[in-house]
Amino acid sequence: MGPPALYALLMLAVPLATIFAYTFWTQDGLTIDRTLTFSNYREAFNDPLYRQLMLRSVWIAGAVTLATVMTAFPIAYFVSFHVPQRRKALWIFLITIPFWTSYLIRVFLWKVILGYNGVLNTTLLGLGIIDEPLSFILYNANAVVITLAHAFAPFAILPIFVALEKIDRSLLEASRDLGETHLTTFLRVTLPLAMPGIVAAALIVFIPTIGDYVTPRLVGGPDGLMIANMIQTQYLRLNDAPMGATLAVLAMAIVAVISALVFLASRLTARIWA
Amino acid sequence: MSGPIVALKGVHKSYGDYHALRGIDLEIGAGEFFSLLGPSGCGKTTLLRTIAGFEDASEGRVLLDGRDMAGVPANRRPTNMVFQTYAVFPHLSVAENVGFGLRRSQMPKPERARAVEAMLEQVGLGGLGRRAAHALSGGQRQRVALARALILKPKVLLLDEPLSALDRKLREQMQHELRSLQRQVGITFILVTHDQEEALIMSDRIAVMFEGLIAQLATPEDIYNRPVDRRVAEFIGVMNLLRAEIRRNGSGIEAEIEGLGTVPIEARQVPGGLTGAATAGLRPETLTVLYEGQPDRGRVTHGNIEEETYYGDMTYYGVRLDGTDRPVTISMRNLPGRDILDPGTRTRVAWSPEALIFFP
Ligand SMILES: Nc1ncnc2c1ncn2[C@@H]1O[C@H](COP(=O)(O)OP(=O)(O)O)[C@@H](O)[C@H]1O
Ligand SMILES: [Mg+2]
Repeated sequence: MGPPALYALLMLAVPLATIFAYTFWTQDGLTIDRTLTFSNYREAFNDPLYRQLMLRSVWIAGAVTLATVMTAFPIAYFVSFHVPQRRKALWIFLITIPFWTSYLIRVFLWKVILGYNGVLNTTLLGLGIIDEPLSFILYNANAVVITLAHAFAPFAILPIFVALEKIDRSLLEASRDLGETHLTTFLRVTLPLAMPGIVAAALIVFIPTIGDYVTPRLVGGPDGLMIANMIQTQYLRLNDAPMGATLAVLAMAIVAVISALVFLASRLTARIWA
Repeated sequence: MSGPIVALKGVHKSYGDYHALRGIDLEIGAGEFFSLLGPSGCGKTTLLRTIAGFEDASEGRVLLDGRDMAGVPANRRPTNMVFQTYAVFPHLSVAENVGFGLRRSQMPKPERARAVEAMLEQVGLGGLGRRAAHALSGGQRQRVALARALILKPKVLLLDEPLSALDRKLREQMQHELRSLQRQVGITFILVTHDQEEALIMSDRIAVMFEGLIAQLATPEDIYNRPVDRRVAEFIGVMNLLRAEIRRNGSGIEAEIEGLGTVPIEARQVPGGLTGAATAGLRPETLTVLYEGQPDRGRVTHGNIEEETYYGDMTYYGVRLDGTDRPVTISMRNLPGRDILDPGTRTRVAWSPEALIFFP
């Protein structure tokens, strides 16, 4: 077995296996009871709090994914189709500049923007558009969605941009030549051919988002907390590593199932579309 | 009597300072196999795209079947195009590609499927309808592109160097298939090519283009035998060019040609009543290398064989005629028992004045 395999084993397989093992054990005061049991899973499924957090995580991650892909697509499309070839690299470079700052700083900036006395509220108040500060934009799920959608924007723009760049422009002319308008050409040729990039973007955003805990903690308020916050609480506050591991494994399973579904669905729609 | 199916009137196209088309006048009849022939960069693709509606003419008019096409977008023109890269949709099957343009027609689904199958049969792709487009060979992709365009029964089919990406054998086969397909469907084909042989083989008429202008528009025979100028003559096949002096003498015309001497010529050989310094052109097949023992025939001159290129059925000799500084090319059929002559051999060359063409 070569060093790379050994490395992968040590860095990935061993920790994963350890976490997996923990899910079948229980915490007994300060020690771990290593009798195998499904009680953690039973509790995770039956406790309404866990279920709610799990559903909310999926829901928030889904909303973030949707928001990110929907905003990333027009940007990627614009750069790919309307920016002259020699300026494209520059545009992509400029798009990523805001993301050179630390993730934490950007989360704090959103607090400053979305806060009760934040930039957004003061501006809207000053312009007379609203009478009192908007409160639904910070310390709830909306704030989490906005912050995460912004944080993941470049990771969505890049794969979509690459997919659009790969589309042979003569295919679009061929579609026009065969009688389609700009709009129907977009629907029948551009979109299906960009689909791999869109699916990649969706998964790249969805997978890490569902397990994010910094953003919900900082801007989510009590209603914006996600499953990762609970995992952290289990490990660090409640000192219940087996329960934390169980929730982590369940979150992983959900991500795997949803990713597989998204992937299969995209395959299927591509066929039906045609 | 119906008018031309394609009429171009004074078509100009410029990209900034660059003039890709500098005034194209052209009429193409219904059912014609028409070729645009010229070197790379002369504006053939630009002209084709202007007809298709992908480029707007900077000046001039494009009429299709009598209708002015100004402001008519590509998707509403009665033309279809076979793209140079074929542009077969990679996410669709062969049948879906071919049926792509039928989606907008009123045709019911089962009928559409039958039309697609019949079209695939016609281009030699019968039974391949379910094949994924990305799994096709170059030749098959080309047939898909052809079927996809022809199924819409356009008034004009535009083909942009459709055969240039194919290997030689397949290209020759496709040349004949395309020609017979065109006769079957009776649709006007406009073929863009930089391959003079291809244009000569396939076309009813050829427009030879240089630098955004049509230099000559004629049948393949006329283009080959009566090129209007040196550029056309040299672009089509091989043309030997020799310095000449044309003189009127009494009622007749005579020409003094380097290496060949002075001969009487006819007025039809001298376009535009040219006199004085000129260039004489002779095709390689109008000159004959005489072997030892063969009697003189016609006019005979002498020279040295300097090069010899063997082509299987033919041998091309480079022969420097006495009194000239460059060799002329002479093509000779290789017959059984006829030896290939080596460079350095002294030889007689037979030629005939009727084969001469003169250019300014
Ligand atoms: N979109 C364009 N912008 C600028 N120049 C162009 C454009 N399209 C073609 N040209 C120029 O016009 C000339 C003719 O091009 P084209 O019609 O493609 O030639 P051909 O097909 O005969 O090889 C070329 O010199 C090419 O560089
Ligand atoms: Mg071209």
